[in-house]
Amino acid sequence: MSFIGIEDVSLRYGGADGTLAVQDCTLAIERGEFVALVGPSGCGKSTLLKMVSGLELPSAGSVYLDGHEVAGPQHGIGIAFQNATLLPWRTTLDNVLLPLEVSREYRASFRRNRAEHVERARGLLRTVGLDEFREHAPYQLSGGMQQRANLCRALIHEPDLLLLDEPFAALDAFTREELWGVLQQLFMDRRFTVILVTHDLRESVYLADTVHVVSKRPGRIVKSRRIELPRPRTLEMTFEPGFVDIVHELRDAISEIRAS
Amino acid sequence: MTDATKQRLAPWIATAALFLVWELACRVFGVPEFILPTPSASFAALFEFFDAVMFNASFTLWVTLVGFAIAVVFGLALGVLVGASALTYAALYPILIGFNAIPKVAIVPILVIWFGIGAVPAILTAFLISFFPIVVNVATGIATLEPELKDVLRSLGARPMDILLKVGLPRSMPYFFASLKVAVTLAFVGSIISETIAGNRGIGYLMMQASSSFRVPLVFAGLIVVAVMGVGMYAVFAYIERRMTGWAFRGQA
Ligand SMILES: Nc1ncnc2c1ncn2[C@@H]1O[C@H](COP(=O)(O)OP(=O)(O)OP(=O)(O)O)[C@@H](O)[C@H]1O
Ligand SMILES: [Mg+2]
Repeated sequence: MSFIGIEDVSLRYGGADGTLAVQDCTLAIERGEFVALVGPSGCGKSTLLKMVSGLELPSAGSVYLDGHEVAGPQHGIGIAFQNATLLPWRTTLDNVLLPLEVSREYRASFRRNRAEHVERARGLLRTVGLDEFREHAPYQLSGGMQQRANLCRALIHEPDLLLLDEPFAALDAFTREELWGVLQQLFMDRRFTVILVTHDLRESVYLADTVHVVSKRPGRIVKSRRIELPRPRTLEMTFEPGFVDIVHELRDAISEIRAS
Repeated sequence: MTDATKQRLAPWIATAALFLVWELACRVFGVPEFILPTPSASFAALFEFFDAVMFNASFTLWVTLVGFAIAVVFGLALGVLVGASALTYAALYPILIGFNAIPKVAIVPILVIWFGIGAVPAILTAFLISFFPIVVNVATGIATLEPELKDVLRSLGARPMDILLKVGLPRSMPYFFASLKVAVTLAFVGSIISETIAGNRGIGYLMMQASSSFRVPLVFAGLIVVAVMGVGMYAVFAYIERRMTGWAFRGQA
């Protein structure tokens, strides 16, 4: 059985005549796999993420996570959105530590061994190049730095699954490409499972093991493309023909969906 | 002169200009003193009755601050309750709006029936008129938590109490302190209304007495003192706001 099984899942928002966001969607994700979801705007990608995390429950069908059916908010998950939502009154380090203070699994251990957890948080911050900014307030960080801190916050409780909803969409092209590298490094070091929602096809091909293309609303998976490029992938690779061909292939698939 | 000095001087110059225009207008148009006294006549009255004015003003200040203190405690608690869940929000918000729409002048006679003439009705009126902005602001601060952050916290299994203490309340503090500035000036309105209608002490009572004996400059002296106390309290709470929630000003200062 797969790590994540989405089986014939549908979700309708707001009662019987509400929006049908996802319909009969089926998708399997292996442990340690990096999956990207791409598709037209409003097609239900964020909704799929919410169903995997248990923040929304499907109207029909089932989602399985690690062998159990998802029936409510799941705890071993890290989430990061486009909006970093760091708490402005906390330093970067304290923002990264927030999950440990409130999480069911960690709160007791955090109180007992604070120093140890702080060390772990600093390790993460070091990996993303933010350790010297740990005492800075969020407003003193650039957008890219805030997003790095956001990634650390999503990973501090060592989740098995990382859900990313357009985390780099608000960043400029250079910063975005820098963060691809950061995320890939974290992924290779820790080997969690990732579902990344993105509008950037180069980003999806650079980062993912499998890119799934979602249809127009109501969302279903209409195409799945394995990306066999070796890791670590580099920015130079994104200009090589093999890489560019995959991006074009995905782009064609999405144009077709949009035209239909 | 630097821009910063100009900024600092501007309010004083504007106030002085206001008094000057007032003074000149009264003199040029020969406005009689029992209609609109000049500021100089008002200040003269202020110094003539200085002890009485100070005695009543300090009483009003005390009453106002007691009412305001109750409003702060009550407003904060009710604000947390209203903001903490969609259900309490739906249940309590209409009542609050309705209550806020009632003119507090209409309540003073009832308070007098219940508590008699004196400090208590004035304290309660100050409280009743000033807690509303505090409730609304605290509730807004808590209820407008970013949905993304709410999702992050929910998926960590955070308890509602933790969310409130670690995120909701700190987040509402700028709203809370901003509302204090407004609320404290409203509290003055409340206590003075009450003193005017049914008081035996306080600046409102003094103005009432003065106007019934046609000592209009003394009435204006009272008004000036009230305005000064209002500005003073506003400044105090604006200062506290800056000190307590500097992070919300993003280092603009
Ligand atoms: N909480 C909600 N209540 C009602 N309808 C919703 C809700 N969330 C999303 N929808 C609707 O469901 C559909 C799918 O939304 P979703 O956010 O999953 O799309 P998306 O693929 O993430 O879009 P985008 O790429 O623009 O972020 C949209 O039509 C949206 O209007
Ligand atoms: Mg989305």
